[in-house]
Amino acid sequence: MKLQGRQTWKFGSEVYLNSTGTAVGPMESEGPLGALFDVRYNDLHCNEKNWELAERRLMEDSIASCLSKAKLTNDDINFFLAGDLLNQVVTANYVARGNEIPFLGIFGACSTSMESLAVGAALVDGGFAQRVVAAVSSHNATAERQFRYPTEYGGQKPDTATFTVTGAGAALISNEPSPIRITSATIGRVQDLGIKDPFDMGSAMAPAAADTIMTHLKETGMAAEDYDLIVTGDLSGVGAPIVKMLLKEKGIDVSNNHRDCGLMVYRPDQEVFAGGSGCGCSAVVTYGHLVKELMSGSLKRILVIATGALLNPTMIQQKESIPTIAHAVALEGIKGGSN
Amino acid sequence: MSNKEQQQEYAKKIKPLQPKPPYFINCLKAYLVGGLICVIGEALMKFYMTYFNFNEETAGNPTAATLILIAALLTGIGVYDKIGQFGGAGSAVPVTGFANAVTSAALEHKSEGIVLGIATNLFKLAGSVIVFGAVAAYIFGMIRYAFKTLM
Repeated sequence: MKLQGRQTWKFGSEVYLNSTGTAVGPMESEGPLGALFDVRYNDLHCNEKNWELAERRLMEDSIASCLSKAKLTNDDINFFLAGDLLNQVVTANYVARGNEIPFLGIFGACSTSMESLAVGAALVDGGFAQRVVAAVSSHNATAERQFRYPTEYGGQKPDTATFTVTGAGAALISNEPSPIRITSATIGRVQDLGIKDPFDMGSAMAPAAADTIMTHLKETGMAAEDYDLIVTGDLSGVGAPIVKMLLKEKGIDVSNNHRDCGLMVYRPDQEVFAGGSGCGCSAVVTYGHLVKELMSGSLKRILVIATGALLNPTMIQQKESIPTIAHAVALEGIKGGSN
Repeated sequence: MSNKEQQQEYAKKIKPLQPKPPYFINCLKAYLVGGLICVIGEALMKFYMTYFNFNEETAGNPTAATLILIAALLTGIGVYDKIGQFGGAGSAVPVTGFANAVTSAALEHKSEGIVLGIATNLFKLAGSVIVFGAVAAYIFGMIRYAFKTLM
């Protein structure tokens, strides 16, 4: 049985993360991880006519660099799992129109990065696919337009607000040996502790992250110390201390090995309020930075928990609170390229 | 779905971990930015009265028009949103805030065309200001009219 407990998938030894690709905008290029990203634009428009096209370009670039590293073409891929933050996951749909790979659109807000990676790994492990590409994207200006105000509108944001990462990440999952194995995944439950402020998604998402981490450790029988890093997606400066507190209450101490992608992608002096967010946030940090650490051996085993605020502006105006979710994927580095 | 008690408990628990909004500093910044916009307006008014034969009653119109033009230009070159983040209500309440709301919506929806993009969305943010402005003007106009006829 590959199911462990109620919601954790334990993959066989034959599921690998073969290659990754990342593409980012100007703020992310200037951030501390800037040099690690494959494609970098110093213009938010990414040489395109509008914001939506810019986001599409980012996702296409991330996939192109992911596949070129693996020396594969679109025809070699069985399934393309992708999602983004826009209505009807348009970025993913239009990218899929272009690459003609059999496609499953996925939406889990900012948790889509690990959701697509987990589902892709399950397809490969179940023998339903040989090679899967999982990709996500987010763009600061398209997200502002979708969820908030026009980009040039002069509304004041509180310090708890997050800054949507302009970036895309793609990952190739297959049964062909590579230095990184995908070992398990825990699918999250939707949590809602009544936070209604769309400018404080860290507080809204922290309970979902804590629940998924706790469940993952319980169902896999692992301890928090077994992971070199436990990385949350975009809890930011507000949500990160909350998740640590929630876990501590349950007797889980992650104070030494917890990091948050939203705090890793930007420098503290960049004007991004509480930190980065968006599905591009966890994707570019995981696929651009963490996988390199796993390959070099400086990290052996990590757990990435992508957190998503399932936010809808109409629901917020109808005074609903924000449902949130978090999905975890465990990655393991194998020295020498095979086990 | 969590119940009310759990929600209240969570809200209480996370309160010490959330940054407190700097109300005093924000008020001070709003006062300075709003005040500065008014000083510019005052200077423009004096300018129109001195050089263009406007009097105190009529100089308001070209002054407002000039402020709107400046705010629209600052929005277009990507500066007004930074002033807004700093100044808060100080830059949102004056007529320049209204100009920014209209111009930013126009810029944002340019990609969907002139009619369905710009024209349809132009008053997306500023529309509520117009609605409540007109409603308030009507109500207070009627009150004033009633007083005038009764007195």
